Amino acid sequence: MSSSAIDIHGLGKRYALGLHGGYGSDTLRERIQHLSRNALRKAVRRGPPARQERFLWALRDLDIKIDSGDVVGLIGHNGAGKSTLLKVLSRITEPSEGYAEVTGRVGSLLEVGTGFHPELTGRENIFLNGSILGMRRTEINARFDEIVEFAEIERFLDTPVKRYSSGMSVRLAFAVAAHLEPEILLVDEVLAVGDASFQRKSLAKMNEVARQGRTVIFVSHNLAIIQALCERVVLLEHGKVMADGPVRSTIDSYLRQLESAASADLLQRTDREGRGWEESMVKRIEVREREGGTADVVVGGRPATIVVHVTEVLPAMECQLTIVDSLGHPLMTMDSEISSERDVRDDELGPRIECEIGALPLLPGRYRIDVLLKGNSHIQDGLQAASFFDVEAGVMDGRPIPVSGAEGNLAVAHTWRLPS
Amino acid sequence: MRELGVASAGPIPILPKPMQTETAQPPAAIAPTMTSETIRLQPTSGFSRVLSPHELWRYRELALQIAVRDITVRYRQTALGAAWAVLQPVGFMIVFTLFFGHLAGVASDGLPYALFSLSGLVPWTYFATVLLLSAESLVNNSALVSKVYFPRIFVPAGVVAAGLVDLGISLVILLVVVFVSGFVPSAAILFLPLLVAMAMLTALGVGAALAAVNVRYRDVRYVIPFAIQMWLFATPVAYPSSLIGEPWRTVSALNPMVGVVEGFRWATLGTGDAPLAMIGVSALSACVLFVAGLAYFDRVERGFADFV
Repeated sequence: MSSSAIDIHGLGKRYALGLHGGYGSDTLRERIQHLSRNALRKAVRRGPPARQERFLWALRDLDIKIDSGDVVGLIGHNGAGKSTLLKVLSRITEPSEGYAEVTGRVGSLLEVGTGFHPELTGRENIFLNGSILGMRRTEINARFDEIVEFAEIERFLDTPVKRYSSGMSVRLAFAVAAHLEPEILLVDEVLAVGDASFQRKSLAKMNEVARQGRTVIFVSHNLAIIQALCERVVLLEHGKVMADGPVRSTIDSYLRQLESAASADLLQRTDREGRGWEESMVKRIEVREREGGTADVVVGGRPATIVVHVTEVLPAMECQLTIVDSLGHPLMTMDSEISSERDVRDDELGPRIECEIGALPLLPGRYRIDVLLKGNSHIQDGLQAASFFDVEAGVMDGRPIPVSGAEGNLAVAHTWRLPS
Repeated sequence: MRELGVASAGPIPILPKPMQTETAQPPAAIAPTMTSETIRLQPTSGFSRVLSPHELWRYRELALQIAVRDITVRYRQTALGAAWAVLQPVGFMIVFTLFFGHLAGVASDGLPYALFSLSGLVPWTYFATVLLLSAESLVNNSALVSKVYFPRIFVPAGVVAAGLVDLGISLVILLVVVFVSGFVPSAAILFLPLLVAMAMLTALGVGAALAAVNVRYRDVRYVIPFAIQMWLFATPVAYPSSLIGEPWRTVSALNPMVGVVEGFRWATLGTGDAPLAMIGVSALSACVLFVAGLAYFDRVERGFADFV
């Protein structure tokens, strides 16, 4: 039972930077020019070739051992190397150094609906997609009815997939994938599809799969799902293993890491989503009840102001803030692009953006803020976990906000009508 | 999803009861015995994947599925469907007959020019179509290539195999025309499978190599239609190779399509001398192109997912 399923030794994966990578040339002509220039340079022995060694190590010196039957969660920032690791393990791309030994048939689910062809019918796509994911025809036949039932598409089985609603095709894709029976299953954040009831159903299915003694590696940003499905969690950071152990302690160290990243100078962080624009960057985010109040401590049901300090004021700046609970589950997004008559643009404001919340609808606990900054009609900057704040128990519209034992994360003003 | 909210320690009541009663099948179907081999993933060099028959065999069902997909998709939502397989060579035949046959008076080895050109156009159309499609195949399937592992050669190979259906249809039409025109194929018709195989090897070798280059340099897509035109004129489709004197006629068969087209004419019409020398040279040349193309494909295959 405890024979190893995946054994990773000193694994590294390197990507060349630049538009197409490799030679910094993306058309044949540039490549030929480049080659001939290099040859010339070599011939006259004038210095080293012009090739620039600019690499990004997506993974480096990775050592992980996973026993068969383990259900392991893989967490980390954007760009920590999680997806790259799954790609190496599923043989889509080769490692640049080290090795990984994989014992058993691998099924990977890096994106739902891979290989769906819009012109083919649901039935045809089930067979195509199934075999792409590594199922044998006999297996697909055996589980065909189950797949169709799970996806809830009986009536549309012989309709081309291009006429499906997006919900339908996603359901079908997940259904095929969920009925895979590999010994090792690699899953990359695919549960966030479909409507709420289908998400629940998929989660139950994943749980069932995890309990069947298969080895599962599971990448997700949703720590609640990770916590529910996995026994062990590996935390990646900059392509290296930062923590590896029981769910609770690893998630804790991940959260601590997130917080220390948020408390440090945000401008130092490299895990940004600005796609290189970054004419203006997020410097600091603070949450307070009012001007002069304690930073980063607010009370439920009271007003709160989120202040985003930026480096530069640009034309047409917009800002999007997402409040996420301590398990990584997003609760709400506030987006200045969806405007209200009461929004103002203020010349005197300086390099900052303020978002005022009339009555903070949050239960006591610790929350984080993800931010996306736009300006000059580009996404300028983006940071996950840019700031953390604590919410203290309060009163919402005259009614105390439940402190513990309540389900959910939100408190809203409401009134009851009860029989006397 | 209210179950997700509780931030307290301990297991989260995230999961409802299992949706389906687990009566249908016990989870015993994993069958670890046959597949539990250990694969070592590490940086590789040289020939490792494509030319590993073991690997190809493991994924044989996928190869079939890809070919079936290519065939199915080809004429879906087209008004004329499989008739296109016939219209193309017949259309070219009419044009060629008009311009080369009548206006230019190109020789046709004593055969009716229409029949002469059709018998060359049938294999040529197959070759040109699958060459073009297979060169584009990896880029067109980039979603697949960057998300799943399988021997990538199946993508261009699927195209080459799928084209056989069209070839079959147009071949039947050709034979009907041959009979109607009063010709009877001789036993030479038994050469057809060999000739088709030569066209396939050439298309796959060249197509796979071009597909691999196309992943890195999209210039290829502009070069190919042009190159195929050139190749058509280097092949005796519109003119007989007898216009070329020996020994150059045999040397020209280094272009594998020379042997294929001349062979097709001889095998279906049952006239003229057996162009065995040309077929031999072309067969050899086809094999060389095939091996070289696959070797190149194999060498660059490992990088596809990083570039496509």
